[in-house]
Amino acid sequence: MEDELIHDLCAAYALDALAPDEERAFEAHLASCARCREELAGLSETAAALAYAVPPAEPPARLRARILDAARAERPNVVPLRPRRSAGNIVLASVAAAAACAAVGLGIWAATLHGRLGSNNQALSALALHGASGSLVRAPNGEAALVVSGLSPAPPGKTYETWVIRSGKATRAGLFSGKSGTAIVQLTRRVPSGAIVGVTLERAGGVEQPTSTPLVTSAPAA
Amino acid sequence: MALIARSEELALAELYDRHGRAAYALARRIVRDPNLAEDAVQDAFLAIWRGAARFVPERAGAVSWIMTLVHRRAVDIVRREQRRRSEPLDEPAVAAGSGPSAEDSAWLRLERERVQTALRQLPDQQRETLELAYYGGFTQPELADRLGRPLGTIKSQMFAALANLREILGPTAPEESWKTS
Repeated sequence: MEDELIHDLCAAYALDALAPDEERAFEAHLASCARCREELAGLSETAAALAYAVPPAEPPARLRARILDAARAERPNVVPLRPRRSAGNIVLASVAAAAACAAVGLGIWAATLHGRLGSNNQALSALALHGASGSLVRAPNGEAALVVSGLSPAPPGKTYETWVIRSGKATRAGLFSGKSGTAIVQLTRRVPSGAIVGVTLERAGGVEQPTSTPLVTSAPAA
Repeated sequence: MALIARSEELALAELYDRHGRAAYALARRIVRDPNLAEDAVQDAFLAIWRGAARFVPERAGAVSWIMTLVHRRAVDIVRREQRRRSEPLDEPAVAAGSGPSAEDSAWLRLERERVQTALRQLPDQQRETLELAYYGGFTQPELADRLGRPLGTIKSQMFAALANLREILGPTAPEESWKTS
């Protein structure tokens, strides 16, 4: 029953019409509900169609130059993200919400997180991945989630294992099976400054130390 | 490295050239004020820029994703600027002289007609709830207050409205038509 109720919040979330407390609850719910993420992706498309029913308005010519100048002045690919809250699974919740809305190329999904910035001064960063599309999203306290697409499902008897790697030492950070779409994996271990995150394919149940070089690695955490 | 940065700049410019007009029209409708509308569009495109390891502007879904970003920024702004929200919603958002022009592409006109027609097919209260939420930036509790309906009614009307609109609009993604133009 409660699931049905929170499921109904998809439409209002897609319209940015939830009250702040319900919005937070729904984002947290999204992190664990694939059905709602899928529903939200569809409803967000419909909501966006409403953008086209408005009267035409011509942007001033200066806006294009203003945007390009501002972009040039910034270092690309570093994403200052400000989530709305400071406790709980912020990383996972924000990531799930963004991934659901941005059912598009993962190279750009992180911008949705930025689009949902709040006034909280805790900033998330998104680190590029090598070896697969996606990002590692990390809070200043090291809490992190991996968003990765294009990894084929792990074969029978195998699992993907994530590692926090620092000074050549790898520490286990969680298992996932991989799937055809986008996988969102919250790491069980914090990612300290200077560390990278790697993914290897291991036997089911995982192993204590990686048995190969990582298939996927992140850029080092700032 | 400079080459990569250069190509990303070109990609951002291309993205703006394709979607900037629709983005601005949406922002203008929500925030009313031309300067604030520019802010909303700039915020959204810079968010794309910051997150963009690689642009895939032609990919299905990218257009609605951009509009999702613009909408969120515009709604944030209009909620900050409380005073604008008491203005009647049926007031035209377009300044004199900025009506349909040669620049208003045939695709945008067709899409506008298609979505407006779909909206007219919704029951009145559903349409009202949907439009006030999306274009007015009102939250559900604010709508319950403003319209004098129970919050539960607003919630079910909003859900029904968007689900019905999805039915009416059908599976054709706007960006598919876009690509052929």
